Amino acid sequence: MSEVEETLKRIQSHKGVIGIIVVNSEGIPIRTTLDNSTTVQYAGLIHQLAAKARSTVRDIDPQNDLTFVRIRSRKHEIMVAPENDYLLIVIQNPEAA
Amino acid sequence: MPTKAAARGKQGVPGPADLAKRRQTRIRDGDEATDMGDGTDADDWMNTKTLVKPDDQLELTEVELKEEFTRILTANNPHAPQNIVRYSFKERQYKQTSSVDQLAVHFSLDGNMIHKDSDEAQRQKAKFGVPEPGEHTPSEAGEAASAAPAGEAEGAEGKEEPVQTPAVQEQPVEEGTADAGDDGALSAPERHKEKKLTNQFNYSERASQTYNNPYRERGTATEPPPRASFASNVTQWEIYDAYQEDFEKQEKSKEKKVIPGRKEEEKSRKKLTITETQGDDISRINRASKIVERMVNQNTYDDIAQDFKYWEDPSDEYRDNEGTLLPLWRFSFEKVKKLAVTSLCWNPKYNDLFAASFGSYDFMKQGSGMLLFFSLKNPSYPEYVYETDSGVMCLDLHPEHPYLVAVGFYDGSVAVYNIEKRDGPLLKCTAKNGKHTDPVWQVRWQKDDLENNHNFFSISSDGRIVHWTIIKNELTFQDIIKLIIPEAPAEGPDGTKVSTVGCGTAFDFHLKNDYLFLVGTEEGKIHTCSKAYSSQFLDSTDAHNMAVYKVRWNPFHPRIYLTCSADWTVKIWEVGSRTTTDKSDGPDVSSKKPLFTFDLNNSVGDVTWAPYSSTIFAAVTADGKVFVYDLNVNKYEPLCEQMVAQKKKTKLTHIEFNPIYPIIIVGDDRGCITSLKLSPNLRKQPKEKKVAAPVDPKVREETENAKLDKLLAMVRDPPQETKN
Repeated sequence: MSEVEETLKRIQSHKGVIGIIVVNSEGIPIRTTLDNSTTVQYAGLIHQLAAKARSTVRDIDPQNDLTFVRIRSRKHEIMVAPENDYLLIVIQNPEAA
Repeated sequence: MPTKAAARGKQGVPGPADLAKRRQTRIRDGDEATDMGDGTDADDWMNTKTLVKPDDQLELTEVELKEEFTRILTANNPHAPQNIVRYSFKERQYKQTSSVDQLAVHFSLDGNMIHKDSDEAQRQKAKFGVPEPGEHTPSEAGEAASAAPAGEAEGAEGKEEPVQTPAVQEQPVEEGTADAGDDGALSAPERHKEKKLTNQFNYSERASQTYNNPYRERGTATEPPPRASFASNVTQWEIYDAYQEDFEKQEKSKEKKVIPGRKEEEKSRKKLTITETQGDDISRINRASKIVERMVNQNTYDDIAQDFKYWEDPSDEYRDNEGTLLPLWRFSFEKVKKLAVTSLCWNPKYNDLFAASFGSYDFMKQGSGMLLFFSLKNPSYPEYVYETDSGVMCLDLHPEHPYLVAVGFYDGSVAVYNIEKRDGPLLKCTAKNGKHTDPVWQVRWQKDDLENNHNFFSISSDGRIVHWTIIKNELTFQDIIKLIIPEAPAEGPDGTKVSTVGCGTAFDFHLKNDYLFLVGTEEGKIHTCSKAYSSQFLDSTDAHNMAVYKVRWNPFHPRIYLTCSADWTVKIWEVGSRTTTDKSDGPDVSSKKPLFTFDLNNSVGDVTWAPYSSTIFAAVTADGKVFVYDLNVNKYEPLCEQMVAQKKKTKLTHIEFNPIYPIIIVGDDRGCITSLKLSPNLRKQPKEKKVAAPVDPKVREETENAKLDKLLAMVRDPPQETKN
């Protein structure tokens, strides 16, 4: 098992982690721990949001780049980490931890 | 002919009134004449034509020729298509259409003749004033009479007319000599001229019908070319990226031109990177996954993170000489549950990262070891993991190159790891080149030597202190000192004298004088040594009754050091002029007394100075307690004595202050590392607190030294007086 797989496994085993989604450059989820419809919904919306956020950051300064999006909602925290055009989305319930 | 001549003679003087009339009639006549003329010409041409017969024409007999063939003419157009289908949207299929247009037009020509009796003709007659047929006839008759050879067709007309008016023929003739005679005389020569023109070239207008190919519609459906709709907004950064890419390409092409030999290397490298990146999709988010793991941990241990950053024990304000330790994260790892923490070392560059070595202090339970790197940002799992065959007893991170880790093993070997490479040790000594014969208890990096080679020292219970240098990716060794106990050479069974070897357990190098270092031994001695003299100690003290576990120079004061031992004590010593005078006074070196002695009621595993104060140090004991002393506040009692271990039997083995944050990490013999936050009372810097601005390190060192000196002066003087 690769290092990343292990890391993802560890993340999933953390308390309060609801799901992990890996989205490729086209916005298609390639790995998920959630059910199908939720995954598709999250992947589609977050991909758009991340693209927009990145565009915003880069428009302000082209040498800059987006490294992380952290969305704190009442129920969850959605953590989005873009890398090499892929997105790693982790949804956590910080209260449960 | 005479009439013609007469007519010509008269032609010269036509009445002006007649002239217009005549002109109009002439036009009409001309029209007719051409028509008629055609007919006559066609006949002439037909006559001259001979039948051309093909050579192979079938000769038919009379009977055959007379045979009758019945042909039925129908109104059906043979060329009309029979199989036209149309798509019927109603029935959703192709349907044959039954009604086909059968009308075939072979030839059509719009003519300009009008029927005499039609309304149009009447209108034209009225307009142009053409004489009524009755009026016209005499002239026509005249024509017939005067110009008989004009043409058969005209003749036919002429015949008709006379039939129409046979009775009145005589009169008009007479009249005609006067009036219409003129007319006839004028038109006759003109007609001749026209005839000549047409006849000159034997010209005739004919039309023939050729076979018409039936119309066919033909179509083929091809596969539509691929289409894609593309829409995009150009943003500033996209333009920037495009330029950047182009720029990099140009740079590359330049490089290639300069060094053609490297091309292949680059290619292979590229291939490697391509396969690496494409081989595993998921590995593309390597970094992201690490960051997210840390964030998840941050959320999970949010309260601890808050405490780490902001919590200051408020009760400290109300008690002067006491402080507390607040437990923060606990670092544990499944594979080291049964191993003891044998050393700890903070990363000098990244203040959240520390290395821990795992092994066993129990001679009977030796096994594999472990080297782990933990980050405060991820307490649940180590950043780096190295498994070793032998227990790791000590480690040290290079102060300038924190990726280099020197490691000492229980089996006596030393190794250097590069944490940028995950597979294993970069270098490892073997039995052939200088390996210790006993466990290595401490390793320590030194400043690079004159040739800029990295080098480190190791100490082992085999009594050797070895200087290792990395030269050309190889470990070379040099014995610096052999710890010999000079007083008691043991006698071997056969009478030969075997000098007993001292077992080194700890050492520490002076921060300013590179050559100076202290050695602690299992026999409880402290030797002050120099790298320059390998056979002799500068000084030697019987410091403890049992093994010395740790020796540490004070980070500020150049002459003060700290020792701890299995004999339950922690002692503070001073080296310097006094000891040398002592030495010159007599050989009672061993009688030298420590400045301070603290009894901690259990074996003291480790002791360390705080990096922020010259008077604060902390120690851990085998009964699971952490002691924190500040000599400036209390010279006899610890400011803090706290149980840290989770279970009663757990021994604490090592302790280390973070160089920046007010926290300590404590390792125990069950593979668990606990981080603790020092309460404000445990990190008092009274002089600094008044000056809010960060103090210059030199000034600070002076003040720290002054603080310690002031303290020491009180301790130092009385024994000196008693001695002298």
